[in-house]
Amino acid sequence: MTSPEPAASAPSPADGGFEVLWRVLRRRPGRGQVLVAVLLALLGFALATQVRATAAGGLSTLRQNELVGVLDDVAQRQARLQAETRQLETTRDQLASGSSAAALEEAEQRARTLGVLAGTLPARGPGIVLGVTSSPGGLRATIVLGAVQELRDAGAEAIEIGGIRVTSATWFSDVDGAVTVEGTPLPATFEVVAIGDPATLAAAMDIPGGVLDELTQNQSRGVVTQSEDLSIRSLRPLRAPQYARPAPAATAVAPGESSPVPSSG
Amino acid sequence: MIAALGLVVGLIAGLILQPTVPLGLQPYLPIAVVAALDAVFGGLRALLDGVFDDKVFVVSFIANVLVAGVIVFLGDQLGVGSQLSTGVVVVLGIRIFSNVASIRRHLFKA
Repeated sequence: MTSPEPAASAPSPADGGFEVLWRVLRRRPGRGQVLVAVLLALLGFALATQVRATAAGGLSTLRQNELVGVLDDVAQRQARLQAETRQLETTRDQLASGSSAAALEEAEQRARTLGVLAGTLPARGPGIVLGVTSSPGGLRATIVLGAVQELRDAGAEAIEIGGIRVTSATWFSDVDGAVTVEGTPLPATFEVVAIGDPATLAAAMDIPGGVLDELTQNQSRGVVTQSEDLSIRSLRPLRAPQYARPAPAATAVAPGESSPVPSSG
Repeated sequence: MIAALGLVVGLIAGLILQPTVPLGLQPYLPIAVVAALDAVFGGLRALLDGVFDDKVFVVSFIANVLVAGVIVFLGDQLGVGSQLSTGVVVVLGIRIFSNVASIRRHLFKA
């Protein structure tokens, strides 16, 4: 394109490059130079335009096959997002509808059951009342403890002795010839209320060598009254365990295979 | 002098006006710009060689741009537009490099 036609005012090649440039820059502009300037202006204009268009990065600078690729990408992304939307909607529906309400109901039911067993809630139902009249020094803690064991064996779900709720932490002791329940002395006449199947509980009290027999042998007297509607109102405050922590469910052992699980740490 | 001024004026105009490239020109403008750059560097080299000529420069500039555009157009029609564009850019790039090397030798004697 640049033919070696010598120009009229050709600088001698012996000159330094910068001198040549300087001389050319100072040359008087002719008609041809104006045309060159116009072309260079066009080039500059196009250059700036193209740089801007590329920098804008819009789809307008892409070719057809590139656009097809972009379209493909967008379609795949849309499919992914739609799948995610469906999943999230399913989750939302599950949360909003019955399943979580049912879970809440179940949890409340469980809390009520545990509350009765732990003695933090009043209990009501059929059961027996064992009225005990003891002679001074005749009653011992082992007898009361035996009565509680018998009642539990017979399936008593809530027990109250002398107005004190009996739970897994209840203890009995002999102090000065009187039986105390968790430090509270029992009066000479008190009632043991147990909620469970009345017939079974009454039979458990009445077995030979059982609670009633033992009371009689110790100069005391026990009277069992079956009832279809008893209520136990005494409560026990719930204390958070100081040492025991809930173990992960995976290490829990079902009843019947209750081998001691060594703690891993 | 006036040529350099023209280049600067064109750049500034492009930056200020911020025109959008017409849809029909979009595939051709980048190639045309590279072809024109090749012509400019060729002209600069001719200037330093002492053989610069306005007419030759103008003709080579326009011919470069037109040929580049035609090649891209043909490539698009044949379905090898992007490959052919790449080829044109590679060839022009090699020419620009050789021209710049020559210019460098003139200016820095190295």
